[in-house]
Amino acid sequence: MDDKNYSRRDFMAMAGVGGLVFASGLPGCASTGAGGQGDFSFVQLTDIHWGYGNPKVNPDTRGTLTKALAAVNAMEQKPDFVVFTGDLTQTTDDPKVRRQRLREFQDMSRSLNVPVRYFAGEHDASLDRGEAYLEVFGAQLNYTFEHKGILFIVLDNVSDPAPILGAKQIAWLKDDLTKQRADQPIVVLTHRPLFSMYPQWDWATRDGQQAIDLLMPFKNVTVFYGHVHHEHHHNTGHIQHHASKAVMFPLSPVGSMANKTQLPWEAAQPYKGLGWRSVRATSSGGSQHMREHDIG
Amino acid sequence: MLLKRRQLAGALLCTAAGGATAFYVHAPAVAAGTADAPARRLSVQARKFDFAPKEIRVTKGERVTIVLTSPDFVHGFSVPDFNVRADGIPGKTIEVTFIADKAGKFIFLCDNFCGEDHDKMTGWLIVTET
Ligand SMILES: [Cu+2]
Repeated sequence: MDDKNYSRRDFMAMAGVGGLVFASGLPGCASTGAGGQGDFSFVQLTDIHWGYGNPKVNPDTRGTLTKALAAVNAMEQKPDFVVFTGDLTQTTDDPKVRRQRLREFQDMSRSLNVPVRYFAGEHDASLDRGEAYLEVFGAQLNYTFEHKGILFIVLDNVSDPAPILGAKQIAWLKDDLTKQRADQPIVVLTHRPLFSMYPQWDWATRDGQQAIDLLMPFKNVTVFYGHVHHEHHHNTGHIQHHASKAVMFPLSPVGSMANKTQLPWEAAQPYKGLGWRSVRATSSGGSQHMREHDIG
Repeated sequence: MLLKRRQLAGALLCTAAGGATAFYVHAPAVAAGTADAPARRLSVQARKFDFAPKEIRVTKGERVTIVLTSPDFVHGFSVPDFNVRADGIPGKTIEVTFIADKAGKFIFLCDNFCGEDHDKMTGWLIVTET
């Protein structure tokens, strides 16, 4: 795949989505003074579910991740970083197996030739409040970092059994945002949708609206998330929310069936519905684009 | 199938064990749908990784109280289409009351991540016109 050319038309053609609400979405960094400037891209890989084992849905679990990692490594324009947006592993009730899966996934991900950031999904962190995840990755469950003028905020809506951010984290977010200028471009990275996408399938963050309300005064806010295992785009006011395809298995599109369903493997179209995303941000404040990549 | 039956607030309540998939409640007609009408009490047990019963049938307009037990985890009981949810607390009985004011088939689910087969913890609330 030609990764040089992230045009809006390309993306529209690939995604098959008209009337894009996000074409001007990812904030540029022209207005920010601090930090390095310049065009850059990053890659979102999500829902790896290492340890997943239903061959009717994906008979090539190891190969699928390997293919995705190789495709990222082969990008002509190297991304500045890759971020894994949660559900690195398939959940297990066995704490030992959980750690083993996290370590195996971590080893696999080390084949990437660019810097990597991680955070947890509910499969990794809900059953032990992130204990195993923190042990293996040694990082925080929620954190911020700045890259070329964009403030990235990682929100944790997975380390409580309930799909919540929690009062403590919301206070942390509020405190952090009060230090930011109103024109600070912000990218939020999180696992579950912050908005109430479809609580019938547990696709929501119960107190996510509080985070959205705190982010609302900022002009340039884009949220990238996973969890729903298919591409989805939604706006809450001017804030854009973009779900990426999963690496390991696809789920039925929102509300398309009575029950949330893992879509069966199609031998004629292996890896159908699986993918990852690259995002390009430009310092000119002009075009910023997402591109959805298939696996296979 | 083993069914334990007991009378509760005028409603015949069946607590199903061992693979029961549905229960039906036969209660005397009451002034349904009003805030002070006595609620129909329906027992629901949440446990890893299932609900008993998996299907709840009520009539449109009925005031319904879900009597929730959850012996092994703080499972959620959520009916998003009615904006109803509760946490089941092991060792306690939790009640949540709502009016089934629209007919149809509505999913209910555990919305607290409880383990390997958490995603299987769903059931259906069926609200019939009559
Ligand atoms: Cu549960």
